[in-house]
Amino acid sequence: MKKENSSLPLGLQWWKWLSIALLFYTVIMGFLVEVPRLPILHETIRNLFFHVTMWFAMIILMMASLVYGIRYLSTNNIDFDRKASETALVGIFLGILGLITGSIWAKNTWGAWWVNDAKLNGAAATMLVYFAYMILRGSMDDEHRRARIAAVYSIFAFTLMLVFIMILPRLTDSLHPGNGGNPGFGKYDLDNHMRLVFYPAVIGWTLLSVWIAEIRIRIKRLKDEQES
Amino acid sequence: MSEITFLIKKEILLEWKQKYAFNGLLLYVISTVFVCYLSFKQIVDLPTWNALFWIIQLFAGVNAIAKSFLQESRGRMLYYYTIADPRSFILSRIIYNFMLMMVISGFNLLFYSLFIGNPVQDMPMFILAMVLGSTGFSAVLSMVSAIAAKAGNNFTLMSILSFPILLPLLMVTIRFSKNALDGLAFSVSQSLVIMLLGFIAMIVAMAYMLFPYLWRE
Repeated sequence: MKKENSSLPLGLQWWKWLSIALLFYTVIMGFLVEVPRLPILHETIRNLFFHVTMWFAMIILMMASLVYGIRYLSTNNIDFDRKASETALVGIFLGILGLITGSIWAKNTWGAWWVNDAKLNGAAATMLVYFAYMILRGSMDDEHRRARIAAVYSIFAFTLMLVFIMILPRLTDSLHPGNGGNPGFGKYDLDNHMRLVFYPAVIGWTLLSVWIAEIRIRIKRLKDEQES
Repeated sequence: MSEITFLIKKEILLEWKQKYAFNGLLLYVISTVFVCYLSFKQIVDLPTWNALFWIIQLFAGVNAIAKSFLQESRGRMLYYYTIADPRSFILSRIIYNFMLMMVISGFNLLFYSLFIGNPVQDMPMFILAMVLGSTGFSAVLSMVSAIAAKAGNNFTLMSILSFPILLPLLMVTIRFSKNALDGLAFSVSQSLVIMLLGFIAMIVAMAYMLFPYLWRE
């Protein structure tokens, strides 16, 4: 636990300021930037800055959770377990936001909140896996046992997520942009203006979620210390 | 290797000694099929026939394999811990549960065909789907059963942990067996078989690597 009361105002670390700045930039530029006029998509293409970037951030957080889980297994240091569980929780939160933004987008382009599509079902199944992970954690009291078993399940969960949202949708026809034989989202993203918002948005959401996770980890650490 | 065959033999012997569990399982399959028969009478629609068959398989499988670890007492697990290597232990469990799943599939298919009818056009391919499906079910469920057993022997937990993991396997298997139902050429489903094999290999490899962490207490 390090105290950061550096020269920056409010005692926030530089990357927290960066996160705030990038997200302001994302929200403002996301609605103002020139986007290519494509049939059907029209203005909804701006969802790329929110939906896709949130899922990117989610995958990064889940990856962090996986790495902390593996590090717990190899070191038996309970602090890694705290990190694994909180990053996964924030990842789930981002996943839900991604589902909501995707659903709104789908209503406006495909005409339905939800369609029976490989990518969408995969996303829903991923959420189920991670909900199960949380329930698994809740079902055990002994912290070391919980940490070890949750870490094992999280390795399954992450692999499954890759299968669900990266591999399966590419093998079948999917309505979702970037699947069913299409290359990635680059087709819509070719416009350089959009790229200038997209990448900062990914970094911004990731930093924000790391920030949330960091606060949660610190709270949990204090609670655990209080209890013991 | 000999350790694995020994453990499998032990497993079969135990099962044979407590025949009620095995018979109960068979009765479970038969009752489920009968309930489906009374609810549906006859299924003309092929995708429904196929999906129902695999849903029965899914539930029978979860029931059968849940007991694989959930019913083991702590004392007996400790005993295994002293005599066997965790890796050969999980492999033997997966192989044994595969055999169990195959018996269940056989009974399921038999009674399902008897009551509801059997529209399968390419039987060898359907049986291949059953073999691959059973292998995958066995690998996933053995591992999840080990996890659930550590987390308080809870059957609900077993279901919620295993269903999402089984989903991709189930989806691909259902598509493969649908092709067998329609009697399509094997070349059509070749990629599905490769996917299934890849998925099974992945799960078995993860179980092999991760089981020692579950087992250590």
